[in-house]
Amino acid sequence: MVMPKVILTGNYTVALAAKMARVDVVAAYPITPQTGIVEKLAEYIDKGELDAVMIRVESEHSALAATFGAAVAGARAFTATSSHGLLYMHEWVHWVSRARIPVVMAIVTRTIGPPWNIWSSYEDFFGQRDTGWILGFAMDNQEVFDMTIQAFKISEDPRVYLPVLIGLDAFTLSHTTMPVDTPEQEELDKWLGPRRQGYVIDGSEPLALGNLAWPEDSEEFFMDLQRGMEEAKKVIREVDESYGKTFGRKYGGLIHCYHCEDAKYHAVIMGAWSGDLMEAVDILREEGYPIGLIRMRFIRPFPDEEMYEILNGSKGVIVFDRAISFGSLGPLYLDVAANLTKYTRKLPYMRNIVAGVGGVNVTHKDFYELVRTTIDDLEKGVEPPVFTWYHRR
Amino acid sequence: MARPIPPLPRDMRNTVLPGHSACHGCPITMGLKVVGAAFGNKVVLVVPACCTSVVVGAWPGNAFNGSIVHVAFASAAAVASGIAEGLRKRGVKDVQVVAWAGDGGTADIGMASLSGAAERNNDFIYIMYDNEAYMNTGIQRSSATPVGAWTTTTPLGKLEPKKDIARIMIAHGVPYVATASVGYPHDFYAKLKKAASIRGFKFIYLHAPCPTGWRFDPAYTVKVAKLAVETGLVALYEYYDGRIHLSGPSRPYLDKNKRKPIEEYLKLQGRFKNIRDEHLKVIEKYLDDMWLWIKKHM
Amino acid sequence: MVEIIPIQYKVPIAKPKVGVAGKTGSWRWIKPVVDNNRCNKCFQCEIYCPDNAIIVDPEKGVTINYDYCKGCGICSEVCPVKAITMIKEA
Repeated sequence: MVMPKVILTGNYTVALAAKMARVDVVAAYPITPQTGIVEKLAEYIDKGELDAVMIRVESEHSALAATFGAAVAGARAFTATSSHGLLYMHEWVHWVSRARIPVVMAIVTRTIGPPWNIWSSYEDFFGQRDTGWILGFAMDNQEVFDMTIQAFKISEDPRVYLPVLIGLDAFTLSHTTMPVDTPEQEELDKWLGPRRQGYVIDGSEPLALGNLAWPEDSEEFFMDLQRGMEEAKKVIREVDESYGKTFGRKYGGLIHCYHCEDAKYHAVIMGAWSGDLMEAVDILREEGYPIGLIRMRFIRPFPDEEMYEILNGSKGVIVFDRAISFGSLGPLYLDVAANLTKYTRKLPYMRNIVAGVGGVNVTHKDFYELVRTTIDDLEKGVEPPVFTWYHRR
Repeated sequence: MARPIPPLPRDMRNTVLPGHSACHGCPITMGLKVVGAAFGNKVVLVVPACCTSVVVGAWPGNAFNGSIVHVAFASAAAVASGIAEGLRKRGVKDVQVVAWAGDGGTADIGMASLSGAAERNNDFIYIMYDNEAYMNTGIQRSSATPVGAWTTTTPLGKLEPKKDIARIMIAHGVPYVATASVGYPHDFYAKLKKAASIRGFKFIYLHAPCPTGWRFDPAYTVKVAKLAVETGLVALYEYYDGRIHLSGPSRPYLDKNKRKPIEEYLKLQGRFKNIRDEHLKVIEKYLDDMWLWIKKHM
Repeated sequence: MVEIIPIQYKVPIAKPKVGVAGKTGSWRWIKPVVDNNRCNKCFQCEIYCPDNAIIVDPEKGVTINYDYCKGCGICSEVCPVKAITMIKEA
């Protein structure tokens, strides 16, 4: 199993993954910091390295519309965007999942304005939370590659038939070069296989997608979408295992547990800055703090069972959010806390720390201080405020 | 020996299935019958929000005997581009992709995606059926509403002149642009067949008088459609190879004297009940300017 | 290449069906009556009927499907020989 290693930016990694997954159609519109993806794919196609069609759409709304069109007609279709582009196509994000059409989309997470701001923040990603897309988030470029490839397999699984969105941080990943192991194309072809979908509209049979439907029928479509999401948990774990067996890398399914097996205190986080928190956890562990980290790889479907298993009986949980639901708490915290109530009436002490919104850099030193002071306080019998917006200039 | 039945109506049978929910005298289903006749059920209609979205009925039934992809409002042209490219990549050749949209979904909210698809020359037929207002949501004005017409958002009559979408498509330099009318189904049928034989982006404007929105007796849909052509207000033509080819039904009206007076057209429609002289002046000028432009480009 | 493995979930996919809005003949307040002796089998009524509720046989003439005819009156208007009259629905 010879694995060619390349040094790539996150954007080029996404493009390479789409190329190796043999996408048929790409319809994308450039937006900082995603442009590298579109440009690289255009280059692959023009050079003949990727046998695909690129539709140079005139807007993001049209980008997902055209991607959907190609997908419903039977093509493996892919797109990518960011921030305002994602907001512009939001209507289409709902349409694709409700139509149960497999599509993969990469999102380079970027702050929403005004003000104009190109740095990483997760509110664009979280804005898609309720749409019925499977939502995954990578920590480094290797995971960007692996998750993008796996996204096709998950999305096209007949137990799922839902679109998948993979998030990666603006600049920290998109424009930063990291080593990426890639599989052999032949092996990947065998593992991924040809595109599968639940129905196709290509003239072979007269079918109408999206006719008006009465309330009772509509609700039944949506309940089945929820069932698809539930099934997706199983499929995501299976795909992670299978990818691990075939290509030598597995991550642990919906979440990645870092020192959480024997932890008494837990930190929950998602995205590139998980790496900084991991550094802080290493230092804290050396100092004797029984801290563990849960890194969310997927938040939709939400890994409620895994989270309960680990957090039940925790002495204290800190959920770090790189976004805010204005007027409430951080969106990841809302999900973590609410999903625990499915299994228990006794919640551990839970703290929400919102930070890094607008792309502010949060270092391992910041994480170290935040986690240490939280644990120190709790050990003293003092509960820090449940909600903190940690801001540093 | 029985006389053979010509393609219209023979190929119209089993295209639009009876018992659909269109209004009495609806021009949309009239037009869809012609589309069905031209392409059989080897057609994928891309339909944004418009009357057609509802006319074809509720799930699990569909009144059109062909495929339909209903899409979000502003994106018929974008989805059609995607379907066309997806089918092309898959090597599927015998299916016609047809965006079928109203004037609102095309010339207003759909303008950007329409322009994009035209500029990219994506290979499909875009048909805009013009019932001259946002009919599905209850008769609000669109850019295609003519001067002087009552709508719920222009109770005193629209002031702005009608946006000439066919000319905008011509200006995009696409291989084929045509104007048609539900009153002239054979002409529309010929234009559909011609469009299907051309590779690239084709645009067909279909004038579609709406009894409900224009306030006329549903028995007169064809009469009103014909009067629009006979007064010269709607010119039937094709644009390809760099010039206008005027269609048969419109040829007589190159001559201003052969045109019927526009009052004959307006008086049948309740939406023009309170039309004022200033509106009529604008319409007359619009008519003259339009035919001057046609003559210049023939 | 695409493999269709039919989706086991309920999806908003509809198939061609006659009478999606029920028997729309109930929408009539006037109904077309044909005099097939006058009919010259020109097919105009069938071509224009928005409800596809008319079939013209080149020998026998016009048959109207009253289950679905909405009584719009277009057939009567376009008939060049006035073979169709609209009468009040009972």
